[in-house]
Amino acid sequence: MKFEVLNTSVGEWLKGTGPESDIVMSSRVRLARNLAHYPFVSRASETERSEIEDFLHSHLTKTSVGSRLEYTNLGGLEDLDRQFLVERQLISREHADATGARGVAIDPAEQISLMINEEDHLRIQCIHSGLDLEAVWEQIRGVDEEIEAVVPYAFHQRWGYLTACPTNVGTGIRVSVMLHLPALVITRQIDKVFRSLHKISLAVRGLYGEGSQAFGDFYQISNQITLGRTEGELIAQVADVVPVLIDYERRAREFLLQETEQNVHDQVSRAFGILRTAQTISAEETMQLLSRVRMGVLLGLVDDLHVSDVNKLLVRTQPAHLQKMKGVDLDTKDRNIERARFLRSYFESGSPDDN
Amino acid sequence: MQCQQCDKQAMFHITELEAGEVRELHLCEDHARVYLNQAEADSQQEDSDTEGGPLGVGQTAKELSEIDQLVCDMCGITFFEFRNQGRLGCPNDYVQFENELEPLIANIHGEVEHRGRRPNRQKQKTVGGEVLPESTEELTRVIGMRKDIRNAVEGEDYERAGKLRDEIQKILHKWHAEQSGN
Repeated sequence: MKFEVLNTSVGEWLKGTGPESDIVMSSRVRLARNLAHYPFVSRASETERSEIEDFLHSHLTKTSVGSRLEYTNLGGLEDLDRQFLVERQLISREHADATGARGVAIDPAEQISLMINEEDHLRIQCIHSGLDLEAVWEQIRGVDEEIEAVVPYAFHQRWGYLTACPTNVGTGIRVSVMLHLPALVITRQIDKVFRSLHKISLAVRGLYGEGSQAFGDFYQISNQITLGRTEGELIAQVADVVPVLIDYERRAREFLLQETEQNVHDQVSRAFGILRTAQTISAEETMQLLSRVRMGVLLGLVDDLHVSDVNKLLVRTQPAHLQKMKGVDLDTKDRNIERARFLRSYFESGSPDDN
Repeated sequence: MQCQQCDKQAMFHITELEAGEVRELHLCEDHARVYLNQAEADSQQEDSDTEGGPLGVGQTAKELSEIDQLVCDMCGITFFEFRNQGRLGCPNDYVQFENELEPLIANIHGEVEHRGRRPNRQKQKTVGGEVLPESTEELTRVIGMRKDIRNAVEGEDYERAGKLRDEIQKILHKWHAEQSGN
């Protein structure tokens, strides 16, 4: 895997293109699948885990989709490279931090990733920029069917696709949409919105999925139920609520402009000011400030800056990206200094290492 | 803070008051869901006492502890281990613990029957042209047979071990699941 190549792009989820990309960052579907002839990952021995990895790796290369993917053995990677893949949302944090035989196959466009020996033997993920769930589903269904033609997935007439955790059984599908909702946060409506989502059994998570915090006003909305409904119904459940959330966020942005323009303009300008001049800055603060600036750009309150710049900075200022760019390991203190230096130079010279 | 059951971050901090004793639990989202569903089933049991029915609902503590001792014939996981870890051991658990899992799954999903995509077995005929069954239970039996081989070898019953190996090969071949991938 050529991580240096990856480093010059921003990855699919931050490309900032696709429908409704002022609010919808990305659309993602993942499927949980297991081999019928091995214990689930947490109960498999070290030898069995290696056999599972070998089996899936060798069978995947026989599919036309698999042959286009680049396979990486995660156990053989440096921590920094694994963290880098987490930041690009190509593997989960759990997959990065786990031990034992495991791997990931990624397509050059970074839309498809196949995680081997995550919580389940195989997790297929497909991610597109903007609101594009239909296309994501079409793509991932194709990938799943191709793999299923050569790999015997554990399946039960009544329970459907069998997964390590009963919370995923049946379709094994998780449909998520990542939204940027700064105006709903500022106007303090976000909790109310989330409470109503929970009532229709949708989950709200932070930037990096389960257990992560919602940095920088980015939220993932996803289905919780996986059994007893068709994939189409589960996708529709998420897809139907997104336009409502987009509408709320747009109205909140308008409200902010009409009622408190000076205030919002001030907040955005101060955020931009700190990003351009800070001498040391944490990843969290950077994310928070970039979120404000991103909204400011979309509201026409910031000149000479594009949303794509902000998206680019969102991923490049993250710890592993920063260190890969610098080419050395840095501790938190040095990272904060390097991050501030990178931001200052980015804003001074436009975009120094643009692609 | 780390989840007490796995390596994930604990998102749920639960304080249980049991007979005047305070017990603190720190769990990730998944384990909290399993735990809370279990707790709900337990409390329903207290309410309804001894009506017949599956796990937690209408069963005495003694019956519950019997359920905890159930063992999967393939992977050897006990129901107790599953309840503790929130992760099942192998595909056969869904078959062997079907009655015990049903109330838990009903609690999580509100449904107990898959309605989504199904494998297209027309595309996956055996070498002899036979259509494979939809459920993969036969293939999962291999997990238990591997365990039997280890036991046979330990008991120096090499003839039995060899027989089992042949049987496994036959099943894997039928399901196109040989390790070499051919």
